[in-house]
Amino acid sequence: MDPTVDKAAQWPDTIYDQFRRARVRQVGYVPDAGHSRLIQRCIDDPEIADVVLTTEEEGVGLVAGATLGGQRAALLMQSSGVGNCINMFSLIKNCGLPCLVLVTMRGEFAEFNPWQVPMGAITDDCFRLCGFLVYRVDDPNDVDDVVGAACDMAFEGDQAVAVLLSQRLIGRKVWSK
Amino acid sequence: MLDRRDAVARLLADRGELLVVSGLGAPTYDVAAAGDSPANFYLWGAMGIAAMIGLGLALAKPKARIAVITGDGEMLMGLGSLATIGVKQPRNLSIVVLDNRHYGETGMQASHTAWGIDLVGVAKSCRFAEGHFIESDKQLDAARNLLHSAAGPAFIQVRVKAEDVPRMLPIRDGHAIKLRFMEAVAKLGQDC
Repeated sequence: MDPTVDKAAQWPDTIYDQFRRARVRQVGYVPDAGHSRLIQRCIDDPEIADVVLTTEEEGVGLVAGATLGGQRAALLMQSSGVGNCINMFSLIKNCGLPCLVLVTMRGEFAEFNPWQVPMGAITDDCFRLCGFLVYRVDDPNDVDDVVGAACDMAFEGDQAVAVLLSQRLIGRKVWSK
Repeated sequence: MLDRRDAVARLLADRGELLVVSGLGAPTYDVAAAGDSPANFYLWGAMGIAAMIGLGLALAKPKARIAVITGDGEMLMGLGSLATIGVKQPRNLSIVVLDNRHYGETGMQASHTAWGIDLVGVAKSCRFAEGHFIESDKQLDAARNLLHSAAGPAFIQVRVKAEDVPRMLPIRDGHAIKLRFMEAVAKLGQDC
């Protein structure tokens, strides 16, 4: 970890370290400000195939293909992207595939754009209805423990798991000028 | 114009260790009719996802050969995935679109390809290394060989007749399809 970055800003590195520990080999993402540092860490890692998606639903197929081929994959998306995935999640449920999704939340805390609110308000419900376990992180001190647990639940416990990184965790750091 | 069952049987002739992902509807039945195999991942839903499953597999098993066999409607629903595949340039991935220009499962309504939307053109624009439109019997052997040896990503659009053929229903339990497919992957030769 970079000691010049304060604790609250280190959560992307903490997640990256958990990806390394869990041997995640494919990471699918739609570009996102909140995930930008984690995305760059994955791009910089020659052992991780970084896959930029045109829409989040593509990532569900990527995860399925990776799993079928014996690799572990994770998806990074914003809360607005969760709604794009819903029908594709039937693949995860019907086949009992592990699936780890890390979601940067919008529309729930100090949000400036009302168009983010409708999807942000139902993100956790959507995941639960689709059969996911849902964890939520508000405090940067909890990122390591919760993301580590989510990796274990997904890849050892063969579950579909979503981690919601709250806007309180990410928002002020990313959007304050 | 080709008979879809004959075309798929020819494409999968002597398939060796080829891993196949089939798009929902008729392509899944066509792939099953060509000979059930644990190395077939049959989709029965998640329309638009087939090509991306192929990409995840191709990245995970870079020495294996992967063929996605799907329909024009299924491919149209996941058109963006061609751009995503084009970015990653997997050499071992082929996408075969059985193009009957109709949504056969829902009553034979015309699809976008009936109006001249050019899927091979889209694939080439998305940096597919190979893009071919196949409509005659004599082109099938070369297309079959592409699945095994093309420096992909390869895109093959196969013009097939819009006709109802008898359904050939393979297993439908997703867990079973997954488990036997993963066993087949685990048994691939060392070169894969």
